[in-house]
Amino acid sequence: MALMTLFIITAVIALVAGLGLLFARNAVYAALFLVLNMLALAVLFLTLGAPFLAMVQITVYAGAVMVLFLFVVMLLGAETLKEEGGPIAWQRPLALLLGLVLTVLLAAVIFIEATGLGNILPPPEDYAAPSRLAMLLFQRYLLPFEIASVLLLVAMIAALVMVGSKKKTSSSSR
Amino acid sequence: MVPTSFYVFLAALLFAIGVTGVLFRRNTLIIYMSIELMLNAANLAFVAFARQFQDVAGQLFVFFVITVAAAEVAVGLAIIVTIFHTKHSVDIDAMRELRG
Repeated sequence: MALMTLFIITAVIALVAGLGLLFARNAVYAALFLVLNMLALAVLFLTLGAPFLAMVQITVYAGAVMVLFLFVVMLLGAETLKEEGGPIAWQRPLALLLGLVLTVLLAAVIFIEATGLGNILPPPEDYAAPSRLAMLLFQRYLLPFEIASVLLLVAMIAALVMVGSKKKTSSSSR
Repeated sequence: MVPTSFYVFLAALLFAIGVTGVLFRRNTLIIYMSIELMLNAANLAFVAFARQFQDVAGQLFVFFVITVAAAEVAVGLAIIVTIFHTKHSVDIDAMRELRG
């Protein structure tokens, strides 16, 4: 019962933060709403028996990724952007309508399909211990791990090349 | 214990909000944040099903999703900064020409 109450409170916070991201006028507020959403999801991860993942969510996602976002928002000075009167006049009502249709479709599918998931057993004591995660990560999923590390290297080089190219060409005068 | 279907339902709602954000907003940075919201919703579904089937592999996939999201954010924000240097705008409608 306590878990159910916690779930409902956290779910409401997550949904309100998501809607805040959708309707925020200021990009900094939008980023902070997204941080709130990620923190709520971290709490949900804790209730799902994933404490290590909850901490990774807070440090990597709410910490590093969102700091990068806020940094770029403030670097570009793009906090406020007038969004009225774009080239497509009916974009916003149509977007809301399509979003509503998708919500109804997803809800219908889940009501039909996921109600048969039944009762769940409480997970064992060391279910998501970091040691178990590490054993799985470095044995069975070693190749995806290596690919992910190469992917991060590629992303880093790509970001450096794209953002730093302007200075380089002007100094070396190619 | 909260049933898995509740978590999946919440994940679906968050995903729908993310999709709506991509369609609704025209600030490129907020569109990127909406994509992050969708990835987060998928993560929630992964962890919920990991508990349902008592298999930690579902949690492990969330790590990979976070890695890919971090790489995507780094490259995507670099693209936005580069476009801002030429267009002086983060409006998605400023980027509708294929000419460079």
